[in-house]
Amino acid sequence: MTKKQLALVIDLNVCVGCHACVTSCKEWNTSGWAGPLPDVNPYGADPNGVFFNRVQTYECGTFPNTETIHFPKSCLHCEEPPCVPVCPTGASYKRDEDGIVLVDYDKCIGCKYCSWSCPYGAREFDPVQGVMKKCTLCVDRIYDQTIEAERRKPACVLACPAGARIFGDINDPESEAARAIRDNGGFPLMPEWGTRPANHYLPRRKTTTTLHPDQLTRVDNPLKAEGETPRPAFTTPTIDGVSSW
Amino acid sequence: MKPAFSVIFLTTLIGAAQGLLIALTAGQMYAGGQSGGFFALGAALALALLCLGLVASVFHLANPQRGWRAAARWRTSWLSREVILIPALSALAFLYAVIHAFGWAPVLVRLGNGAAIDLPLALGLLTTLASLALFVCTGMIYACVRFIRQWASGWTVVNYLLMGLASGFTLAAAYARLQDSLLSGFMSGAAVWLTLLALAARAFQLWRNTTGAPCSTLKSAIGVHHAQIRQITQGFMGSSFNTVEFTAPGGAETVRGLSAFFLAVGFVAPVALLLAGMPVLAFLCQYVGLLAERWVFFADADHVQNLYYQAKG
Amino acid sequence: MRDPASIPDSDLGRSEVKTTTCYMCACRCGIRVHLRDGEIRYIEGNPDHPLNKGIMCAKGASGIMKQYSPARLTKPLKRKEGSERGAGAFEPISWEEAFSTLAERLGHLRATDPKKFALFTGRDQMQALTGLFAAKFGTPNYAAHGGFCSVNMAAGMIYTIGGSFWEFGGPDLERAKLFIMIGTAEDHHSNPMKRDLAAFKRGGGRFIAINPVRTGYAAIADEWVPIRPGTDGALLLALVREIMELGLFDRDFLIRYTNAAELVNQNADSDQFGLFVREGSVPVRPDTFETPDKMWWDRDSDKPVIARTKGTEGRLFGSYHLPDGTPAKPSLQLLKERVKDYTPEWAEGITGIPAATIRRLAHEMGVTARDQTIELPIAWTDCWGEEHDKITGNPVAFHAMRGLAAHSNGFHTTRALAILMTLLGTIDRPGGFRHRAPFPRPIPPCPKPPKGPQAIKSGEPLTGTPLGWPADPDDLSVDADGEPIRLDKGFSWEYPLSVHGMMHNAITNAWRADPYPIDTLLLFMANMAWNSTMNTSEVRKMLTDKDESGQYKIPFLVVCDAFQSETVAFADLVLPDTTYLERHDVMSMLDRPISEFDGPVDSVRVPILPPLGESKPFQEVLIELATRLKLPAFTNKDGSRKFRDYPDFIVKFETEPGSGIGFLAGWRGKAGEKAMVGEPNPNQWDQYARNNNHFHYALPPSFQYMRNWNKGYLEWAYRHRLVRFTDPIMPHIYSEVLQKFRLAGEGKWKGKQPPDRLRERVKTFFDPLPFYYTPLEWRCSDGHAYPLSALTQRPMAMYHSWDSQNAWLRQIHTSNVLFMHPKVGALGNFGDADWVWVESPWGRIKCQARFTEAVEPGTVWTWNAIGKASGAWGLDPDADESRKGFLLNHLISEELPNMVGDRHVSNSDPVTGQAAWYDLKVRVTKCKPGEAGESWPQFKPMAPLPGQTIGFKSKVRAFLAGGK
Repeated sequence: MTKKQLALVIDLNVCVGCHACVTSCKEWNTSGWAGPLPDVNPYGADPNGVFFNRVQTYECGTFPNTETIHFPKSCLHCEEPPCVPVCPTGASYKRDEDGIVLVDYDKCIGCKYCSWSCPYGAREFDPVQGVMKKCTLCVDRIYDQTIEAERRKPACVLACPAGARIFGDINDPESEAARAIRDNGGFPLMPEWGTRPANHYLPRRKTTTTLHPDQLTRVDNPLKAEGETPRPAFTTPTIDGVSSW
Repeated sequence: MKPAFSVIFLTTLIGAAQGLLIALTAGQMYAGGQSGGFFALGAALALALLCLGLVASVFHLANPQRGWRAAARWRTSWLSREVILIPALSALAFLYAVIHAFGWAPVLVRLGNGAAIDLPLALGLLTTLASLALFVCTGMIYACVRFIRQWASGWTVVNYLLMGLASGFTLAAAYARLQDSLLSGFMSGAAVWLTLLALAARAFQLWRNTTGAPCSTLKSAIGVHHAQIRQITQGFMGSSFNTVEFTAPGGAETVRGLSAFFLAVGFVAPVALLLAGMPVLAFLCQYVGLLAERWVFFADADHVQNLYYQAKG
Repeated sequence: MRDPASIPDSDLGRSEVKTTTCYMCACRCGIRVHLRDGEIRYIEGNPDHPLNKGIMCAKGASGIMKQYSPARLTKPLKRKEGSERGAGAFEPISWEEAFSTLAERLGHLRATDPKKFALFTGRDQMQALTGLFAAKFGTPNYAAHGGFCSVNMAAGMIYTIGGSFWEFGGPDLERAKLFIMIGTAEDHHSNPMKRDLAAFKRGGGRFIAINPVRTGYAAIADEWVPIRPGTDGALLLALVREIMELGLFDRDFLIRYTNAAELVNQNADSDQFGLFVREGSVPVRPDTFETPDKMWWDRDSDKPVIARTKGTEGRLFGSYHLPDGTPAKPSLQLLKERVKDYTPEWAEGITGIPAATIRRLAHEMGVTARDQTIELPIAWTDCWGEEHDKITGNPVAFHAMRGLAAHSNGFHTTRALAILMTLLGTIDRPGGFRHRAPFPRPIPPCPKPPKGPQAIKSGEPLTGTPLGWPADPDDLSVDADGEPIRLDKGFSWEYPLSVHGMMHNAITNAWRADPYPIDTLLLFMANMAWNSTMNTSEVRKMLTDKDESGQYKIPFLVVCDAFQSETVAFADLVLPDTTYLERHDVMSMLDRPISEFDGPVDSVRVPILPPLGESKPFQEVLIELATRLKLPAFTNKDGSRKFRDYPDFIVKFETEPGSGIGFLAGWRGKAGEKAMVGEPNPNQWDQYARNNNHFHYALPPSFQYMRNWNKGYLEWAYRHRLVRFTDPIMPHIYSEVLQKFRLAGEGKWKGKQPPDRLRERVKTFFDPLPFYYTPLEWRCSDGHAYPLSALTQRPMAMYHSWDSQNAWLRQIHTSNVLFMHPKVGALGNFGDADWVWVESPWGRIKCQARFTEAVEPGTVWTWNAIGKASGAWGLDPDADESRKGFLLNHLISEELPNMVGDRHVSNSDPVTGQAAWYDLKVRVTKCKPGEAGESWPQFKPMAPLPGQTIGFKSKVRAFLAGGK
């Protein structure tokens, strides 16, 4: 059996870019195991805050064929996390039991080297504690037996109004997360680096309509009942009027 | 990448120290197994530079009190290996200095041709090996960052090695001159050749960095297969760790200006000064140039993660 | 390292969980607030709440930072003796002094001339209480912010189908197959909307967004149809035409359930012209004009008969003569004639949408509605006693709000939308539009505004309610000369159906003493010196302007707010409000409840934390003030105190003694055994608390659909006093209400008449059928000089919120830029991120340009209410909100000159008085090199106020609940 790997599957098809995941993450984690998540200059020019999750916006194409894509991004909990082996102290590690990549703050010396080894820009440095921080998949929530079972999920997943964030074990083919990836063409980010991100994204999917002429002429056209179907005037020419054969 | 002064000083100081230690050993061999105060003081100078480098590195750590933990992951982390090697090399330098100071030179091995390897020479060779290894570690710390195209090549290691050797030999030349040592000429000559070699390699790397396509694009970064993708907002309008740590102040213009500066001041001018017989000035000049070189090394490095942080929105 | 799973979070410190209702915006989700050692640790969506079912938005999760905002006001303040208004010099006073000052001043006004007191409130959700206060005080000068928000949407739809989007109805995305969203419409009901939209898309529904800008929900649309702002009416009318032309409408629905087949008098000489033909012999209740004796032309007998007579079927088209020779046509025939020239090609020229696309959209709507019909096995009985064994629906749903509304042609545009929805047969049917209680209501609803100066009497309550729904000209608030009696000129001939008032003109009118001067203006939670006002720079001057005698033209200004808004600086008296986590509140059936499609829902808010400092909930302020002023309904007959406090008021208040109708519909009756109507229940708050702070009355399935005509539902609504009658609520394809105003304009109405100068205006805009006209502001400016439409939207993390003072939310939107198509830059010779001047005929601003391909090239737009005045909202004076951010409002005039002869009128819809924010036209030019880098205008930095929680500011904030 493959190893358990918890992850988020983010559905770009329904993400409206509301930032609910951004602040619910901040809120849970700043007072949680991973906290605090400090803000420098919180009310001044150039505020600089620690957030484990951000929603970015991209635009594709030119007018009028433009797509606007909202793109939430947090630590992808890679199956081959490049940030882990480079850590000189072993503070960055990947948990055996569920694949979550964590930082042990007691070991972190704040050299920031792990962040250099992350192509996704997912790590955030806490200037107050002087340690590297990042998404923990709310590891302090998801196993908390005092929380009702269906709420044992990362805060971002609970908050997301569009349900655009699916949480689960992507290596368990029966999980909702694995199924979502399988059924909807889920993809990882920057696969070229071989990091095998656990978090996956689901692409935009379009629904179109095909119209058939008979749907427009309609057998049940109410204009017939109203006697409104256009009829030519008696006076316009007919074949009967010109053919003598 | 944001040029961190702690790292700039660390790498330039220990690079010169490593080069100096190698130069001393080379000088020792060149001079036919000399020993004594010249080498002792030289090693002490290298040790001082190593220690200064260590002090500088402490400023890089947010939690230096746990710095000792950094030795833990030597199996996987070049940084960890560097952290082990610097004190190791320092210890060797210290021993080297002590042995030379006390003139303690028991012969360890006598070779078939009658040549003898004594303790100072053995220690010198060991120090040289350690210095070379440290060059590799330092270089590999950067070269193994796959996500920075400008760093991720063997040239990074070669450059750290050559620039360290060049600055070390220039320093040795200066030191020999100040000590009125007979090795002054040897050191100057080697320094000239090494500096020219380093110049060629560094210039090649600079050129190489201007060519070649980035490995990742916005397409693969967000997984959307579209020919035109623009970021409208990175998700926040202030700054963050990811916008500060991975960008240099000043932009491309500063990088261009400083590149010209370091090529001139770090390489061309020292060669001229060495040839003109002014090794002390040559070293000071070269060191300043290498500080600029190291700044450019960081500032010129464009991390893949920057794909995600382009527009404040 | 502590194992993250070793200690449950709730074991760290003293942990409590309390439930209440969010108020970071108007969505009003149920929340669970987790406290650690008395500090807020986590706010999550309440999974047991019907509105949000556990989900939460960016604002809701940032509620903690609202609590710790450095902009919080904690002390009542008065302007320092001798200091100038607006200078920001205040001194703290006691609440007793604040109350006695107010009671004395307002007591005098009430005894002498109550209309000299004006109460205007912003985005509050207590209009039932504030309106009651104003009515009992005796002033007509009351309104909330609806007039400058989306009143066209409310009025246009309620006057057409008896319900509206908003909290009062919405698209049934659970069953829809095609969903069309027109214009910016994200703000209301936003969390359920996001959830339902995502589920709709996952279920394979097709989503089309028609919007000049592709942001928000439009981002995930299957198709984006860019449209020029202000031209939605042209598009909708072309769609109506195409659907009628091809016969894609729901004929049976139109005939039976709307006035489409009812005959309209076409005798132009008659004073009955344009009114419905009535049989005349049927007894008619005097209190209704929706009489049951309207006629249609029966298809079989080819004769006029009373509509819906058993065994007859009305003709939808044709031209007929009544037995007395009077010409008459069915409503739908008139609509057909109206839209004849509204071809897709015509609309293409106006909207910029290709005619082929318009046709295809119409076909998609029509074919989906006709061919993907839904049938639910639910039996119901219609108002005429016919029993149906199923509920059917046409699965095409729409949603629109402010994008359609905030134009001076928005009322007719909204009418066109409601008519399109009706043609497709989607009114309160599965997959279409669904009502939420208390809607549907009669067209129009029953409350009426004061009908003249006689309604205002010294020392007496107002006759009527300050706001209401005029049904004919006689309901207008005008004097004998036809001139306004309200300060904002609402319900006057200039804007007869201004059902939400016209707050956007209150300050200008008061300043100019037109129609009359006032004494005291009380603003609650309305930022009228900044983003809630048009023409901001000038309005700020009006607030400090003095007459010849050196008196302020608006003599006394009272501002109640929880935060240091820009408006607070102009106050003479500042009343510090609490946050939503520190107060009781009700989301009442009398106001804007949180009802679901399946039945009424109302809810409460309960305090989680004690009020900060001396802050006091505004409700408590009103009740205390009303008690001191001895206002009826708030005091006993002998003038003594009737209510201990707001919670007590909520429990005990009844709309009339013994009516059994109060603010909360749940657990009424002495023991809480009754719903909707019943005696006050002293334990009502507890019972709400025990039920996650809400009351949900799920109607039986047979009452959940077709409620306009559902006998069972209407009977239920009648018994539970939601409606006054059980009459069917017939959608008005042809609006007789509007025609009555037009008749008055033509001098054919027996009652009130417009002043002569306004006759043409009334005749033009009170058209019983929807029509397209160019927005009025466009007529004042040269289209070549000001070629671009300029719009605002709210970003999702700031929908309906006040949160630039919120440390987390402000990092997402710290400042705003002006988005535009690169073509605009190419024409103006400037590049992306250059600084530009933006000019309208009314003013100019400086801001930064950003290029985007997701905008119609004739449109520029920005995020609204991100730009702030320097120093306001507890921010540093050099914060980007003020240095780089900007406010488009400086460019928008609150008045348009020379619109009626040489007189000005409000920059509003001529039917409803809806502020026409989105009509703005501008030009953009590159600024000089030295001018770049800072927005303009800049204002002198606002100083912090005494008692302001500026102490929450620190260079680095590492918030950890309970970690002090």
